Amino acid sequence: MNIHEFQAKQLFRNYKIPVPESSIATTVEQAKTVANLLPGKSWAVKAQVHAGGRGKVGGVKIAETIDAVADAANHMLGQKLVTKQTGAAGLPINIVLIEQTTEIKREFYLSLVVDRHSEKLCFIASEAGGMDIETVAKQTPEKIVSLFVHPAAGLQAYQSRQIAFAYGLQGEQLKSLHQLMSGMMQLFLEKDASQIEINPLVETQSGKLLALDAKINFDDNACALHSDIESLHDTSQEDEKENTAKKFDLNYITLEGNIGCMVNGAGLAMATMDLVKLKGGTPANFLDVGGGTTTEKVTEAFKLIISDNNVKAVLVNIFGGIVQCDVIAQGIIDALAQVKTDLPVIVRLEGTHAEEGRALLHDVSPNIIPADNLDHAAEQAVALAGEEA
Amino acid sequence: MSILIDRNTRVICQGFTGKQGTFHARHALDYGTQLVAGVTPGRGGSEHLGLPVFNTVQDAFNASQADATVIYVPPFFAADAILEAVDAGIKLIVCITEGIPVIHMLRVKAAMKDSGALLIGPNCPGIITPEQCKIGIMPGSIHQPGSIGIVSRSGTLTYEAVHQTTQQGLGQSTCVGIGGDPIHGMNFIDVISRFQADDNTQGIIMVGEIGGSEEEEAAEYIHNHVTKPVVSYITGLTAPSGKRMGHAGAIVTGGKGTATGKVNALKAAGVEVVNSPTSMGIAMNELLKAS
Repeated sequence: MNIHEFQAKQLFRNYKIPVPESSIATTVEQAKTVANLLPGKSWAVKAQVHAGGRGKVGGVKIAETIDAVADAANHMLGQKLVTKQTGAAGLPINIVLIEQTTEIKREFYLSLVVDRHSEKLCFIASEAGGMDIETVAKQTPEKIVSLFVHPAAGLQAYQSRQIAFAYGLQGEQLKSLHQLMSGMMQLFLEKDASQIEINPLVETQSGKLLALDAKINFDDNACALHSDIESLHDTSQEDEKENTAKKFDLNYITLEGNIGCMVNGAGLAMATMDLVKLKGGTPANFLDVGGGTTTEKVTEAFKLIISDNNVKAVLVNIFGGIVQCDVIAQGIIDALAQVKTDLPVIVRLEGTHAEEGRALLHDVSPNIIPADNLDHAAEQAVALAGEEA
Repeated sequence: MSILIDRNTRVICQGFTGKQGTFHARHALDYGTQLVAGVTPGRGGSEHLGLPVFNTVQDAFNASQADATVIYVPPFFAADAILEAVDAGIKLIVCITEGIPVIHMLRVKAAMKDSGALLIGPNCPGIITPEQCKIGIMPGSIHQPGSIGIVSRSGTLTYEAVHQTTQQGLGQSTCVGIGGDPIHGMNFIDVISRFQADDNTQGIIMVGEIGGSEEEEAAEYIHNHVTKPVVSYITGLTAPSGKRMGHAGAIVTGGKGTATGKVNALKAAGVEVVNSPTSMGIAMNELLKAS
């Protein structure tokens, strides 16, 4: 789960990670009011969307006057921001963050993630702040320091010193960085984060460290343990269909093709997308209906798939394990009776009671096409989607 | 022969009296698995499916000398269940549970180091040696005793590989689902090294997916240590970057963990990588004929 920058910064404050003074606004008037209350000569007006790359597309503006703050807020609020991370549709700007500006001496990069390989937490630091870390990794990998922290031992002072020296910090700054990194650790472990990223972390002209930006992702598996984190969820920043899918416990991801896919199991769902592509088509979605598939779930899955106007054919791929294929076939028939679609639905059933399932699907409707194997099913789906398009 | 489990493996079930535990324990018993006891805290002393129920894993282990345990407890209690099994001295722990927080698993893995216990999963279908022992949620009926070892991060893709090797008449020695979570127990190398050492396994099918670097590490291991034919299928070529594809571990981040990278590493290691999920069985049959 993602949260907004202003929410992440509030969490930072709770964990003693220093951030600039700021307030949020949802209207132009409010933007002016909060800017007036923030001391300083200029303000940063920052669009609050769940995506990086805002600065390059006008999502962050520096305002020298209150009127300029109002002007920037006016240009952002109610608009959609398209960055390289959002896709073409962009994300709505419902909130702007008005922030005191900072006199920056140097910019660094600092993040904390779980390292799968070592099964430890890992700080990633770079003296090259403000750039995206993937670019730094590609162009100047020697500028990246990775530091592994054992979950039981926790962060040691020598470890944060290692990063401090890599940044070229000295004196009191060493302690400040240790406190900041300890705060990140504590926040990460207490709230089940999956990533905390500060880019840039700045050294101010007066030598202080400050998190100028803040990005936190949380482990979806753990959100139910933290009601305070769950309450930060902003559905306006997510795909509407993906939100609906979550309600019905379906794993759904929107893609850009024209063949709707409904599959049981995440691995098989991905494999089905790959197979569609291999046969010359393009998948419209990833959809895992999960184990224990019921008619209700299948119905909701169909509704989701066909609500995408790009979809010209639907490919159902079920490997019946504990769930029997004839039960699933009946679910598909019932679901299609409710959903009423003219789209061709190609169904591949394999596993337990597959033949009984295929027999049920015969002659039910000209739109339902049982396939005898997965290759044929994918080929038919690609051919029929091509005809309809 | 087989790896890890056979007809003599004695198994207990944690979360035995719950809905999932009951359902799958019944299937395991029908399959012939030597399920000998169950654990549900607070239900000790009772009987369920004709088997004794214990309050703690230690009690169940003391009474049954079980070799393995299977865990069907909800995600927020699973870390506790795994560590209880480790402490009781159970040597093989199979955790089916999906949705365990990553940080719980980090702590579990750190705590169980040096215990000598093996963990399969979590978020996996389990392990089966056909017609001998089934520990997990896979449908027994699609399996056939035979010569192919299967290891996979995905449940349903394991079933595809099983189905195809059964259709080809090859059958399976043992099938291990290592699970779709980023932090998990046994990895590809742990399983493949056992298949290499197992006399009954003549070929290995490895099903991987996007995310992490275990396939790349396995490729290097195979190149240096495996003499048996290996067929691999890697899924997620069409997955968009930064999106979690159902499995918590199936995500491409910052250009790392891509399907293409994994395919290239495996090909370079001499593995027969198939580009369709429907070709695993045929490819294995051809490799075996050629060798």
